[in-house]
Amino acid sequence: MINVEKLHKSFGETEVLHDINTSIERGEVVTIIGPSGSGKSTFLRCLNLLEQPTSGQVLVNDEDITNPNINILNIRQQIGMVFQHFHLFPHMNVLENLTYAPMTVKGESKVEAKQKAEQLLAKVGLSEKLEAFPNSLSGGQKQRVAIARALAMEPDLMLFDEPTSALDPEMVKEVLDVIKDLAHSGMTMAVVTHEMGFAKEVADRIIFMDEGKIVEESEPKSFFEKPDSERAQSFLDKVL
Amino acid sequence: MNLDFSQIVPYIPFMLEGVWVTLQFVIIAIIFGFILGSLIALVKISRFTLLKWLADFYTSIFRGTPLILQLLLIYYAVPQLTGYDISPFLSAILTFGLNSSAYVSEIIRAGIQAVDKGQREAAEALGIPYRPMMIKIILPQAMKNILPALMNEFITLTKESALVSVISYLDLMRRAQVVSSDIYRSFEPLLFVGLLYYAMVMVLTLIGKYVERRMRASD
Repeated sequence: MINVEKLHKSFGETEVLHDINTSIERGEVVTIIGPSGSGKSTFLRCLNLLEQPTSGQVLVNDEDITNPNINILNIRQQIGMVFQHFHLFPHMNVLENLTYAPMTVKGESKVEAKQKAEQLLAKVGLSEKLEAFPNSLSGGQKQRVAIARALAMEPDLMLFDEPTSALDPEMVKEVLDVIKDLAHSGMTMAVVTHEMGFAKEVADRIIFMDEGKIVEESEPKSFFEKPDSERAQSFLDKVL
Repeated sequence: MNLDFSQIVPYIPFMLEGVWVTLQFVIIAIIFGFILGSLIALVKISRFTLLKWLADFYTSIFRGTPLILQLLLIYYAVPQLTGYDISPFLSAILTFGLNSSAYVSEIIRAGIQAVDKGQREAAEALGIPYRPMMIKIILPQAMKNILPALMNEFITLTKESALVSVISYLDLMRRAQVVSSDIYRSFEPLLFVGLLYYAMVMVLTLIGKYVERRMRASD
């Protein structure tokens, strides 16, 4: 469902992504790991054009989203995104956070949107927080609401950009559990993460990046037992 | 001590009337400045490079020269250049409105740009178009930064309005001078209008505090 071809991205003189070629199939869960500054997040953000690629193609369902004539808003509706720092809308309560985009973008009725919001909140275990405002929630709760907000748009693909990196340690699990459930439900997902245990458990494929390049792509089992590249080996030695 | 407030008593209605005269053009100038300033702020956060440059240039001119110079230029230059005999009232509104718009545009631009970049990204990632994103997501949050600074700007404008006395517009300040020259006493009329200015500014300050409290309550 996603095909990336010869993707390059530079910020000024600095090249942060160098010749990225990969694809994500429908229903596949891909985790992207690698050291800080390796271009993982930038790569993810190129998939919904929060970053404009410098060159190359990103095909979403066979449509090239780097084509300037394409309606990017339509594409983004199909791609949910969860951020490291949640980015809930602080002036809206949880219900409004979940219903605003479906009502504004997809023209859903209030009743329809609310019903779906309630279902999603139940799914992430926060039914009682319907009326709460984001700043009354814990980090883990905020991130679960953020996941529900993205799901409310009924996307085909979910992007997670270090979804647990800003959380207190004891809140990581509740968020990872939600993401795991989602993975098992057949959602297509790309997850940038530093949680190796999670990557090992849920991923169908690991993409290992370093210095703006994809160094290695392989199944989690073989990757964690014996990666092909020395770079991945030394990375795993440090983090495991 | 040679103080005699009884002498200004007959002039009190005349000076009080000055409050209304001052308020009249201050309110119009504030509204004019706010509308124009908002439009200029929109240009500043837009993608149109040339317009942005013009907006920045406009702002720097009005912030970079004395207000009294701007006032005199408009009052004297307009008749000289166009033959239109501009009234002190219109000059005052024009000068203060244009000047204030420069400051207001900066206040609004800075307020909008101070909103966490992630808010915009979250809205974009959900496929929310530009207009609803600005109106429903960015601006409500920017208001928290904008309103206190805007109240300050209005207070400044109210005080600076006394400058229009130099183009013989019969505002509050000018009336104090008229009374002085009538009774050969400066201190009493000046003190009296000083109190009136202070009262006006205090009312604005209280409104500002009330608005800020309301905003904080929604946190």
